[in-house]
Amino acid sequence: MMDRTDIIRYLQSYDGPEVSIMEVCGSHTGAISKSGIPSLLSDKIHLISGPGCPVCVTPSSYVDRLIELSMRKDTCVVTFGDMLRIPGSTVSLAQAKGQGAHVEMVYSPFDILKLAAKAPQTTFVFAAVGFETTMPVYALLMQTLEQESVSNVKLLTALKTMPPVIDTLCAQQAKIDGFLAPGHVAVVTGYKVFDPLAQTYKIPFGVAGFQASQILVALYGILHAYHQPKVMNFYPEVVTEAGNEKAQELIDRYFEPVDAVWRGMGIICGSGRQLRNQYSAFDAGSANLNEDHKMNQKCCCDKVLTGKMRPYQCPLYGKACTPLQPQGACMVSEEGNCHSYFINQRNDR
Amino acid sequence: MNNSILMIHGSGGQATDDLIQTIFTRSFSNEMEDSAVVAGHQKLAVSTDSFVVTPLVFKNGDIGRLAVCGTVNDLLMRGAIPKYLTCGFILEEGLSIDLLKKIVSSMAQAAKEAGVSIVAGDTKVIEGNGGMYINTAGIGFVDPKVDISAKKAQDGDIILVSGNLGDHHAAILGDRLSIHSEIESDVAPLNTMVERLLESDVELHSMRDVTRGGLATVLKELAENSQKTFHIYEKDIPVSRAVQDFCGLLGLDPLYMGNEGKCVCIVAKKDAQKALSILRHSPYGQNASIIGSVETDRPGQLLLHTDIGGIRRLSVLQTEGLPRIC
Repeated sequence: MMDRTDIIRYLQSYDGPEVSIMEVCGSHTGAISKSGIPSLLSDKIHLISGPGCPVCVTPSSYVDRLIELSMRKDTCVVTFGDMLRIPGSTVSLAQAKGQGAHVEMVYSPFDILKLAAKAPQTTFVFAAVGFETTMPVYALLMQTLEQESVSNVKLLTALKTMPPVIDTLCAQQAKIDGFLAPGHVAVVTGYKVFDPLAQTYKIPFGVAGFQASQILVALYGILHAYHQPKVMNFYPEVVTEAGNEKAQELIDRYFEPVDAVWRGMGIICGSGRQLRNQYSAFDAGSANLNEDHKMNQKCCCDKVLTGKMRPYQCPLYGKACTPLQPQGACMVSEEGNCHSYFINQRNDR
Repeated sequence: MNNSILMIHGSGGQATDDLIQTIFTRSFSNEMEDSAVVAGHQKLAVSTDSFVVTPLVFKNGDIGRLAVCGTVNDLLMRGAIPKYLTCGFILEEGLSIDLLKKIVSSMAQAAKEAGVSIVAGDTKVIEGNGGMYINTAGIGFVDPKVDISAKKAQDGDIILVSGNLGDHHAAILGDRLSIHSEIESDVAPLNTMVERLLESDVELHSMRDVTRGGLATVLKELAENSQKTFHIYEKDIPVSRAVQDFCGLLGLDPLYMGNEGKCVCIVAKKDAQKALSILRHSPYGQNASIIGSVETDRPGQLLLHTDIGGIRRLSVLQTEGLPRIC
């Protein structure tokens, strides 16, 4: 049985073929930066940060739509904090708020119910952004809205799922030898969702938790399964093969698959979720928000999100683009690749 | 007297006088003159700070205690012995008089503990919703031999922190989010521990209180000011279990969380154990710890050696942090 020291020694002295492993989840990127894992890896192991920050991949037209809604006299946009500073085509929601837009920041989507009860004449729109991890919460919110006949709450959705974007990355880019698969997503979906991808592209997937040692073990497992079509569960405490079936049913009841735009990547077939037709009364106009406009033409978020460029290779990184003056979405959110690299001053290979 | 603050309390007339007499003078016992005349000293430290924390009362403290401790600690960090404070109150219409009394009495108590006299004050009333803001300014006496500054860290020095990190930040945030926890604010005057350090023969080079921006921001600034490399060790950085869990739940990093009763000290290597013992035996210092050392390999950098043996380069706080924490 290997302990952590043995695993670190192995990863430090690894001298096999060069390997690129992508972590698709923003929380993994954060945990890797914070624990200093890159400083422990052999030069032959490359970690690539993928498109796993939900607000970073939300296109500018979605932000523009939120701003348009928030400027209406009788409408208030309700959002998590990280959405506030994401640039739209001209300004962010935070800047619009400074100009009088109605925006409330909350920590749970359910806080919108209290706001809506206090001001029945106002329509409250929740900025429902997220991956499989957050979808069950929006589905629960929908269930409450339906059961309690709340008529002044709507959702503006930009919901996305992981397998289609991983499929697109693999199809487009030859040089990913394995995935550190998102543990929180797998709690909901089950690790089985990564099976078809492993088989098609003949690469290993290691589902991992978010502690440094859990990530190290998964990296070790992925290296050992080099070019093998395998899905390995390194987070068995909470992840099962089938996932949380109740949550999956609830998501399916309210949401259906839709083609979705990913910032910098274009439309990916079937990669989004939108409210089903019978719930369209709860939709604040989420369809066809497909335009994706760069605030700064030199911004390389698209290349960073797809692992074609490291954040520090972007000409704006750390110069025109910093967390205080972000030029692209990846520098805004704490889960964004550029943000995580910048605050931890990562310039690893 | 009415039970809440009205605009007339800021008129400058009888109502203002009543307010001052019944609340402030009773607690602070200062002369009612246009300025205070006090005894002086050769070398003075001067500092000022404004306090806008919300909520006004939190676990183990309130805006009054915070307003005294904040300025007292700032004076101490330059090696000054705090002597006099002034305080300016901005009260919003609707503020409960009982709450004001409680906050003022808590200020008086904190001032007594810190050995300072509140010698001058001012009160204004504005429209609003029952909130209040306090500005304090302070004067401290500095022994001419004392020379403590942000630039003075030297190769080989040892870095100490006076106790657990993140408690004030977590207490305020927990209160605002209605998260039930045992975490209390650490707001406290650090005069005893700092005075003991100054009286000892410990060679003390730099000191900073670890407030907004947290330990990482404070140490990164000291590393840059001194153009030295600060190596700190995650395993030695004291954080309570409750704050660790709180941070885990909300995705926060204790290295960037604010405190109101903690300081870092940078001392000569030969005196590190003595300094640690002084901190640990002083009020509010029982969890003090040696957390790292000063070297010269990468000037201006702050390097965290993580629990798994990795190295993380830390920068100053880049995000907004928590608004109105102090």
